[in-house]
Amino acid sequence: MQIQIKGVRVIDPGNIEGIRDIRIKDGLFEAVSEPGQLPDVAEASQDVNVIDGQGLIGVPGLIDVHVHLREPGQEYKETIETGLKAAAAGGITAVCCMPNTNPVNDNAQVTAFILSQAKKVHAARVYPVGAISANLEGQKLNDIADMKKAGIWAVTDDGMPVTDSQLMRRTLEYCKSLDIPVLVHAEDKRLADGGAMNEGLPATVMGIKGIPNAAESVMVMRDIALAELTGARVHFCHMSTAQSIEAIRAAKAKGVRVTCETAPHYFTLTDADIPAYDTNFKMNPPLRSDKDRAAIIEGLADGTIDMIATDHAPHAEDEKQVEFDQAAFGIVGLETSLGLSLDLVTRGHLTLIQLVEKMAKAPADLMGINNDIVPGNRADLTLIDMDTDWIVNPDAFVSKGRNTPFTGRSLKGAAAFTIVDGRIVYTRSSSF
Amino acid sequence: MRFTKKDILDIDSLTREEITYILDTARGMKEISQRAIKKVPTLRGKTIVLFFQEPSTRTKLSFELAGKRLSADTVAISKSSSSIVKGETLRDTVRTLESMKPDIIVMRHSSSGAAYQVAKWVKCAVINAGDGTHAHPSQALLDMMTIQEEKGGFEGLKVSLVGDISHSRVARSNIIGLSRMGARVTVCAPGTMIPMGIEQMGCTVAEDMDTCVTDADVVMMLRIQKERQGSLLFPSEREYAALYGLNPARLALAAKDALVMHPGPLNRGVEISTRVADGEHAVILDQVTNGVALRMALFYLVSGGTKHADSN
Ligand SMILES: [Zn+2]
Repeated sequence: MQIQIKGVRVIDPGNIEGIRDIRIKDGLFEAVSEPGQLPDVAEASQDVNVIDGQGLIGVPGLIDVHVHLREPGQEYKETIETGLKAAAAGGITAVCCMPNTNPVNDNAQVTAFILSQAKKVHAARVYPVGAISANLEGQKLNDIADMKKAGIWAVTDDGMPVTDSQLMRRTLEYCKSLDIPVLVHAEDKRLADGGAMNEGLPATVMGIKGIPNAAESVMVMRDIALAELTGARVHFCHMSTAQSIEAIRAAKAKGVRVTCETAPHYFTLTDADIPAYDTNFKMNPPLRSDKDRAAIIEGLADGTIDMIATDHAPHAEDEKQVEFDQAAFGIVGLETSLGLSLDLVTRGHLTLIQLVEKMAKAPADLMGINNDIVPGNRADLTLIDMDTDWIVNPDAFVSKGRNTPFTGRSLKGAAAFTIVDGRIVYTRSSSF
Repeated sequence: MRFTKKDILDIDSLTREEITYILDTARGMKEISQRAIKKVPTLRGKTIVLFFQEPSTRTKLSFELAGKRLSADTVAISKSSSSIVKGETLRDTVRTLESMKPDIIVMRHSSSGAAYQVAKWVKCAVINAGDGTHAHPSQALLDMMTIQEEKGGFEGLKVSLVGDISHSRVARSNIIGLSRMGARVTVCAPGTMIPMGIEQMGCTVAEDMDTCVTDADVVMMLRIQKERQGSLLFPSEREYAALYGLNPARLALAAKDALVMHPGPLNRGVEISTRVADGEHAVILDQVTNGVALRMALFYLVSGGTKHADSN
């Protein structure tokens, strides 16, 4: 199958910015040239898909480095198939799946299983992330090299953060020698103390136990110190507080090898936006104060925050239609991420180039892959329609999860086509 | 005035006028409890379900008597008899209850916001009898009724509230209600029991107990939960009593005619000394008496009654 895209505005930071014709063949970019330079496709070839790129923006395939696909073990929430298709519908060509499945991705067999399931699906790619410790219990290091051979590119204990500082130090040293990054869900569980939303006035009014900013930032500070000690690569997941951003900014200035991500909800919503006990606004870390939201936007703008990831966490309805303190943490994000992030451009916080860096290039750099739009590279490409207006409707989600706080929100901009491995895996229908 | 609220979920959703109207109605109801035949036919044929997921004797009894004195049929289900223990969700439980067509569900639950959620899931009236650390509107209203009885009103009164504010739904409801009615509320507790942002709910935080109690017109003590001893909130009952207990010496700092209140049950010798609890300033038992009248008023009002209870 071949794809020819005519006259699309390409934004590939550091590589291309301008109108191009693109030809894709056998899964690769075959030609990328100034408009009108490509010879017309032979009339005879039936299987050429021609896309009129006018009005669209072509960017390197978007990558989401923090996604929960739930398979194996919790297929009622999401499967690898539904998750990867949801990603494609959101313009995302690759996702990194977290290891907290059942069984946990703490050995090469589970990694291989995930990759083989993903192979059956024509949608986004998957890059599995392995667990640091056996069964996420924070006791014993897994066979990380073995998992790396099977296909993981990073390790994390995500929601079961490593409390033991010595285990963390050894993990960093070990992963440094394997040259893979360690992803950190920064949370001191004792400080979070079973809280269900941000500690602050809204939590006090609602009588909900609060999670202080410090529950996140103390662990960010600890792991910056350990990154400095070991020289390993540390990546902080879903940053939500001003203090964490401040600490990471200082660490980067000092030359410590740290990177970080935030999620769209942290630059879009605050704890004051939570409608009375609406469990679709409950996630971990929680929605913070307006001061934190502003600090997140500032961190994105000045480069302290390298990338945007969703922390896509689908849950069944039953797990959300319960008391607030008992409801599951997490919201879905794959299908709203691009629309919400484009809002940063609309409001002038980021340029489009910066946004492409945060949603496509920086994740690729972290993962050690090259997703430049150049001949010979694998053809992963997102074509964005910047002008389409749409309203978030969970019933229309491809994901099994409906747990979003953005129901009814008007967004501008969406993926028109998602291309993975040289095949169109998603086309936005005009009915939207 | 017409009272149009379907549910009583917290104090925050009641206007000053609505609070006044509830208190006026409750005063009328109080007279019924003083009769030889303590029963009027007002709510005959109405069914009230008392759904208490959390243990409670006093509040449940008070609601039950209130319903019976208005001739409603009251049915109580508790955690052990409800299928919640068998893993049924709250939503399923209350929708099952509703299918039996009660007119009012009174509910107590250990999760903040549970009454809010239930009110969304069912069509009948919902009265919150305490949800987690969020709200306990009937307690705050009976406290206000007691203060109004003794003091004539709220404007300018200094009310001191001492105890575990963080974990107290009674404190939250009283802070909102009393400040809305014009009282000045001051709270006091160790820093471990003062939640973030509490000042913005309409109170000031005193730095110590003496400052808090000085010149107070009302001293409201909160029950300290003994099981929290040693849980990092406070080291020991002995130290807590020394710093935050209400004893005669401290009470002497308050206004001459100060009221001493407590939602019960008392921890004598911890947050309140026996001499104060049984002394002339204490209106703790009046609070209990008023509780029945106040809850009768709530039943009457959410059932659509808009006329003064006297007209019965
Ligand atoms: Zn996480």
